[in-house]
Amino acid sequence: MSLAWFLVVSALVFAIGAGGVLTRRNPLVVLLCLELMLNAANIALIGFARMWGNVDGQIFAIIVMVVAACEVCIGLGLVVAIYRRRLPIDVDELRELSG
Amino acid sequence: MTEVLFFIAAIGAIAGAIGVVALQNPFFSVLALVFHLLSLAALFLLLQAQFVAAAQVVVYAGAVMVLYVFVVAYVGAAEAAHFKAPIGGGQRRLAVLFALALFVELAIALLASGVEAIGTDGPTLPFGFGGPEQIGAAFLTKFLLAFEVASYLLLIAAVGAVVLARRRGGIHEEEARVSAMDFLRPPGVGTMAEAVEGRTGTPTHREIGPPPGTGVGAGSREDGG
Repeated sequence: MSLAWFLVVSALVFAIGAGGVLTRRNPLVVLLCLELMLNAANIALIGFARMWGNVDGQIFAIIVMVVAACEVCIGLGLVVAIYRRRLPIDVDELRELSG
Repeated sequence: MTEVLFFIAAIGAIAGAIGVVALQNPFFSVLALVFHLLSLAALFLLLQAQFVAAAQVVVYAGAVMVLYVFVVAYVGAAEAAHFKAPIGGGQRRLAVLFALALFVELAIALLASGVEAIGTDGPTLPFGFGGPEQIGAAFLTKFLLAFEVASYLLLIAAVGAVVLARRRGGIHEEEARVSAMDFLRPPGVGTMAEAVEGRTGTPTHREIGPPPGTGVGAGSREDGG
């Protein structure tokens, strides 16, 4: 199985995730789409690790998974905090910080 | 055989990704992401990354997604009606256009790449490549700093999430704050702060019961008195 196929899958998933981040308004789903983009990068990293024949790329992918877990942790904490303060859970309406 | 497995896993991954974006109910989006992650683990196995595939299933599709399901169950149902109205058509069209442009750009980068090994199957790998033994050796020798920094990052994220999602959820509550100094400096040790506030001598909470060391409990004092 040629490596190019894996990279095409990676590019497709990344584009779908980017489109999702831009179209969805629920911050939970925006976080899910961010996960998609990180996972697309992981496929490419592991594909290149396979091509080089060493595990450095796989280590990178595991670190990406750690960062994604931290991001989920903080993001979901923010969503719960927003919910408890009775603010709308909508990224279009939570824009107090934008100028 | 490899081709068949690859196409099954790739179609599963892409279908899961489209499901995450397209489904309206956030709960179904989470389930689609679980499907996507499991398909991705199969792709990782095809790329000889056994340990990463196992970590993907156990940590990602297991633990992280459980967190998601909890939060969606806690938050999502109340907000479902709010998202019935679609966002402006202009923005959606622009976003789809942007995603398409991104994919075309990545495809151009792939097709025009000078890396010739992209078109090959990669080198023949020794048995045990990508197993826990190799990953562990790499983590504890070559990437030790990244390993330690990752553990600190996880600790910081865990503490941050607890602070963010506390009961009243704000950063404004002063009265609920407990300082570490309260534990380092027990009352009645004669610090300058106690002298200024006139709190010298026996601390207040010891006046309820007998002083320690007398061997008399609070209950027996009531009986005797």
